[in-house]
Order: sequence, then C-alpha cells, then structure tokens
Amino acid sequence: MTVMSVDEVVAELHDGMTIGVGGWGSRRKPMALVRAVCRAGLRDLTVVSYGGPDVGLLIAAGCVRRVVTGFVSLDSIPLEPHFRRARQEGTIELTELDEGMLYWGLLAAANRLPFLPIRAGLGSDVMRVNPQIKTIRSPYADGSDLVAMPAVPLDAALVHLNRADRRGNGRYLGPDPYFDDLFCLAARRRFLSCERIVTTAELTEGGPPQGLLLNRMMVDGVVETPHGAHFTSCVPDYGRDEAFQREYATAPWDQFRATYLDGDEESYQKAVAAR
Amino acid sequence: MTRADVCVVACAEAWRGDGAVLASPMGLIPKLGARLAQLTFAPSLVLSDGEATLMYDDEVEGWLPYRSVFAVVAAGTRHVMMGASQIDRFGNQNISCVGGWQRPTRQLLGVRGAPGNTVNHPTSYWVPRHEPRVFVEKVDMVSGVGHDRGAVEIRVVVTNLAVLDFATPDRSMRLRSIHPGVTVDAVLSATGFPLTVPSPVPPTREPTDAERKLIARLDPDGLREKEIR
Repeated sequence: MTVMSVDEVVAELHDGMTIGVGGWGSRRKPMALVRAVCRAGLRDLTVVSYGGPDVGLLIAAGCVRRVVTGFVSLDSIPLEPHFRRARQEGTIELTELDEGMLYWGLLAAANRLPFLPIRAGLGSDVMRVNPQIKTIRSPYADGSDLVAMPAVPLDAALVHLNRADRRGNGRYLGPDPYFDDLFCLAARRRFLSCERIVTTAELTEGGPPQGLLLNRMMVDGVVETPHGAHFTSCVPDYGRDEAFQREYATAPWDQFRATYLDGDEESYQKAVAAR
Repeated sequence: MTRADVCVVACAEAWRGDGAVLASPMGLIPKLGARLAQLTFAPSLVLSDGEATLMYDDEVEGWLPYRSVFAVVAAGTRHVMMGASQIDRFGNQNISCVGGWQRPTRQLLGVRGAPGNTVNHPTSYWVPRHEPRVFVEKVDMVSGVGHDRGAVEIRVVVTNLAVLDFATPDRSMRLRSIHPGVTVDAVLSATGFPLTVPSPVPPTREPTDAERKLIARLDPDGLREKEIR
C-alpha cells in the first residue's frame, strides 16, 4: 500500500537511523513528518539536510545524535536557535560539509558509487574537522588532487511536494526542485508527503512533464498532509509563515512544544489557525 | 551622497570586466552593487532573484535552481560576494563558527558553499563593519580558502571604511582605497593584522550622478543605510 498515514510512516523509522530531509533551509520541508518524528520521540538519529527548522525541531525534541549539513538557517532569520544552542552546549555531533560536497555525497549514494571527486573542500577546514574524508589523485594527465567525497547513503528520506498521486508519483509547483529526488535516490526507504493527493491524470496535466520530480520507483509511501510544510514555504500553495517562524525562534521551547506539538498534526494545524 | 552609496559603487566595481558570469551577492549593499553594475558598465552580468529565477533588471530571463548553481560553481563562471565573520590577510574567511569547532562559543551559519566557491571561481567579500574582531590574524574555521590555501582569486574586500585587494607579491591583503572621510589610521586600527599600504592611498571612487539616480531607484526606501551601523 503506497498511501500511508503520518503515523504509519513514523512506525517505519527507528532509533539510530540516518534520515535525509528534503527542502532547503526554511523551504518546502516535510514538517508534518518531522513533527511526528518529534512526537514519537525517536532517539540518536543522524539527520542529513540542507538544514532549516527540521533540524532545529528534531534537536529540540531530543531526537538527534548527529547532523550532516553545510548550514542550518531559517533564511529570513539567519541562525537556527536550537541548532546554535546545541552546538554551543556540545550536545550534538556534526559532520560539517560544503553544500556542494553534500550534493556530491547524495549523488554518489544515488549512483551506488563509494565516492565522487570534487574540488570543493580542498584547502578548507572542512577537511580538518572531517578526517574521514580523503583526497584522491587523478589517474589522468592532469594529476590533480581532488576531494573523494564519500557517498552519503540514507536509511530513509522524508520529502514534501505540492502534488502526488496514490502510486507515489510527485510534482513540485514552485521554482526549485531542491534536491528531493536525490534524497530519495540515496535512501533505502522513501516517504513523500504532499499538499494534495490527486488522480494520476490530474497530476500529469497539472504542469509541464519536467515538474514531475519523483516517480513511483523512487517512493515507498505517500502521505497527504495539507499545510504539511508549515511554517516553511511551499509556494505556490503558500509562502513561509514569517510570524510563526519568529514565534518558533523566540518562544521558550517548553511553551512552544506544549502549545503546538503535544497533540497530533490535526491539533497542530488547529492551533496554528487559531492564532 | 552617503557612505552606503560609496559602498554600493565599490561593490559594483568588483564585477567590472566579468562578462557573462553569474554574480552572486550576499547582503543588500552587494545586491545593489551587482544590479548597478549590470545596468551600467557590466551589462553581460547574470543575476538571480536569490532563488531560482534569473533577472535582467526587473525582467525574468531564465531559470537557475540550486542544483544548476552548483554546475555554474564547478564551471567557474561565477563571481560571488559573500560576507565574512572573520577574514585573514590571505583572504581565508570564516562564516561557520567562532571559537573551537568541537564546541564553539558562537555557532554561525556553517561553511555553506564557501569552500567550493573559493577553489572554483573569483570571490569577493563584503564587511559592513570593519573591525579587528573581523580582520583577524587567524580565522577559527577556514570556510572560504585564501590565496595561501589554493583560492582561485580573492578579488576585493569592500568594507564600510575602505576597499582592500591582494595586489601584492605574496597575494596578501593591501589597502586599495579609502572611502571619502575615512583616514588611513582608522582603517589600520580597525584591522587586526598589518596591511600593505600604498603611498598615497587613493580615495574610493564616488558615485556619478547617473549612478546615484539608479541606486535611488533600486533602493527607494534607503534600506542600504541600515546595513552599515
């Protein structure tokens, strides 16, 4: 069965897993799934992400052992408060990569390669803080030294698109696919949340073929989560909820959690609407 | 004419002669500078809206999602102007964290694309507040690499006080020009390492009347003034 509930997705995730999260910064994050992971209280996760409030929420809820990323930011608020606090208190581990290195690591995993060569990282302290990452010399006439970016394979990927059908085909309607297809290709189990599940005909007629980012070879489960990227942007369905993001960034965690996260996704959306 | 206007023009000058490359400005004053350059002396410059849409002045002209930006980075046809929480005399830059990396005293953004940018294509920096805690002997986490670590080219560092470049035999930092009303001593005392100083130090070019009008059109509310505190 491809169509699942949020809780059915979370039941497939376990403590200690490496979980990739699609989107970018505070844009098109699968927040309904992230909130459900927080509620389920998973522990010791390695979170791979172009980081935004997905990383912050999971850290604040105590789910994270390690973050693999090039940045964690809320975009309009440059620094993610929970990530920042965790780093300064030394409560999480970090694999800090150049953004292009992370792209290459996912691409290597998607291609079932052990590594891919890249210039990014050479000479920088990314190599100092990641002694596990090696360089490699080109076997060709140039003889140049390159970073051998190791594959970043994922146990599971969580991504959010605007539309999907029941079979697991998905379309983005905004301007940027981000790296959601690569997160799915790099993962063993792939879960797609979407604003609306539509018929396959509606999906394919809903825009140009290039917008069909995911096909059912790349997806194991589809969940309909209206407003499920809130409070990150999911254009053109909705933009970022800046007022809510400010509240998230400034409210004491216990208060935020009690107000918005202690209930299920439906009560979250009710609490958001009631503000 | 304000100091911010001088900074906008100094940022614009960073892209002079670049041709059809992607200009990626971080910060309002660099953004205004890149747009000014495109509208005047660097008409081939390619600019995005900061997301996936390419813009020529106010007109949409193309699509460049993040994955394509990485292709442009690798191709080397880009000139970025990034911020710098710390920068040293060879142009090594830090936007990741302050203090020890294992447990920083101040976690910042992370290295972002700085390592890849600096080994692939020209890079400039914008520092809205020139002070010794930014211009340091040694940065805490080398994010963007400098000339002693394999940078392709660190072209200029534009600050609220001056323009700096690396036109020295060892490609270390040099004072290129000081903004009107700024003294050489003010720049030296705001810089935490020795600078090469030419004699005399030329003034940073002032905006022309046409440039001033364009800047006013691009930033009618004068938000640029708030970026320099």
